[in-house]
Amino acid sequence: MPALLEISHVSKRFGGVAANVDISFDVQQGEILGLIGPNGAGKTSLFNSIAGEVTPDSGEIRLDGVKLSGLGPVACAQRGVARTFQVVRSFDSMTVLENVMVGAFAKHASSRAAMRAAVDVIAFCGLSPRMDRPAWSLSPPEKRRLEVARALATEPRVLLLDEMLTGLTPTEAQSGVQLIRDVQARGITIVMVEHVMEIVLPLVGRAVVLNLGQVLTIGTPAEIVKNPDVIRAYLGDRYAA
Amino acid sequence: MDNAILRRRKREVLGGVIVLAALALLPLPIKDVYTQNLIIITVLFAGLAQAWNILGGYCGQISLGHALYFGVGGYVSTLLYLKAGLPPSLGLFAAFGVSGLLALPVGWPCFRLSGHYYAIATVVVGEIGYLLFLNWDFVGGATGVFIPFHGESWAQLQFKTAKLPYHYLVLAFAAATWLTAFLLEGSRWGFAWRAVKDDVTAARSLGVNIFSSKMAAAALSGGFTGMGGAIYAQYVGYIDPDSVLAGHFSILIALPAVLGGVSTLWGPLIGAAVLMPASELSRSYLGGSGRGVDLMLYGGLIVIVALARPQGLVSLFGRKDDHARIA
Repeated sequence: MPALLEISHVSKRFGGVAANVDISFDVQQGEILGLIGPNGAGKTSLFNSIAGEVTPDSGEIRLDGVKLSGLGPVACAQRGVARTFQVVRSFDSMTVLENVMVGAFAKHASSRAAMRAAVDVIAFCGLSPRMDRPAWSLSPPEKRRLEVARALATEPRVLLLDEMLTGLTPTEAQSGVQLIRDVQARGITIVMVEHVMEIVLPLVGRAVVLNLGQVLTIGTPAEIVKNPDVIRAYLGDRYAA
Repeated sequence: MDNAILRRRKREVLGGVIVLAALALLPLPIKDVYTQNLIIITVLFAGLAQAWNILGGYCGQISLGHALYFGVGGYVSTLLYLKAGLPPSLGLFAAFGVSGLLALPVGWPCFRLSGHYYAIATVVVGEIGYLLFLNWDFVGGATGVFIPFHGESWAQLQFKTAKLPYHYLVLAFAAATWLTAFLLEGSRWGFAWRAVKDDVTAARSLGVNIFSSKMAAAALSGGFTGMGGAIYAQYVGYIDPDSVLAGHFSILIALPAVLGGVSTLWGPLIGAAVLMPASELSRSYLGGSGRGVDLMLYGGLIVIVALARPQGLVSLFGRKDDHARIA
């Protein structure tokens, strides 16, 4: 089966800094793929390339065989790649329902239909009690959920989560993990950037480890924790077995 | 479905009907021409401010060059009447079309800038328009154009002494801008605009096309402003660059919305109801010696509102579940 999302030979430089160097991997339909690595590994750059926010200098990103890279974020969203932001970007002058409706309008022209779809997604994300509250009044974990709800309202095929679980208390993170599992159960493919390994590894089927802009290794969580290169990248030479 | 959005929209419709009825009856007992005139100007600027609000409020693109659309609208209907015989009642719509289209080539370069830089660019564009018309003989140059009186008629939109027809004309205009804003607020466009205003990056990630959203808002906003300009020209019977294209009209169009509350349905009307009488009274009581006092008044009001009620006067009437609108 061909991969849903293909990242092939993607490179991106910012001035003198090579953020991504020749990165290639595939994302299969329905999986949760983790994108991990120490700070400065190039996770966010790659993430932004997939979301269309930046255009790679070379290489291609394809969704279902159709080239996405270079089309920009609007086209990526319309073609089924939705994302959340590491630093939450809610529309603070709007209510939760209005925030999610902005996403729903990507697939529904009429406001009735968009509203109905948005109400469903809000219920799915467990935000129904907050539906009519202004977005600025939500707690940080609720805002993260709002970002997921808004992205899901665009009815994506791939959902990109940028450090969605970072900075949450263990209980909050646990309910976030459950939400991600529920999203996967809907048949939506997930790529998540995270640098806290113990959160990501139980959740993902496979993970791509980036270091210094390059792919260090790709594998299942069990393979990754044993990989000496990964241990060296995270902890330094002293701890490498 | 029952939620705050639907409840609020029901309330807005009810409020709209009540206010429309009240404004329709308001001039009937008033015989004093001065007061009638004041009400007409107030309602006209409520409509103009609502037109500005589409771009400056909902979409968050602060334009300080709307005098351009206002003046061009006035010139379009007037010149079509004088040179081609098109009755101004139709000229209003031509003014809407020309000013709306004009907003596109203006928006094309200006929307590449954002925030303060966009606002500054619109000031410059407005000034360019003023200077062009000032030096353009075909449109009367600095002497302007006079609209000759051909008898009372709705087609010509000319009424010798009666103020009432003009009152209903501006009321219809203001009601049209309100209705447009109301419909847009609940539509895909309205949501896109508010998203663009709040966070461009997030809006883009949800498939909102930023540039075309802004262009659509600009075209509608410019179109209605042009229509208001055409009505104004017909009402005063004489226009020159100083009386319709001068920079202070840009301020006068934006200010009621800012004062009353941007991206709200009622802010522009409330702002106009405070601002127009206040500036008119200060001008008439102080006479020639008070020239410029109305401008001080604007400045003072802006300072007070910015300090005490940054969401505008409309927030004084806000209900608890409306807080999201005024945050």
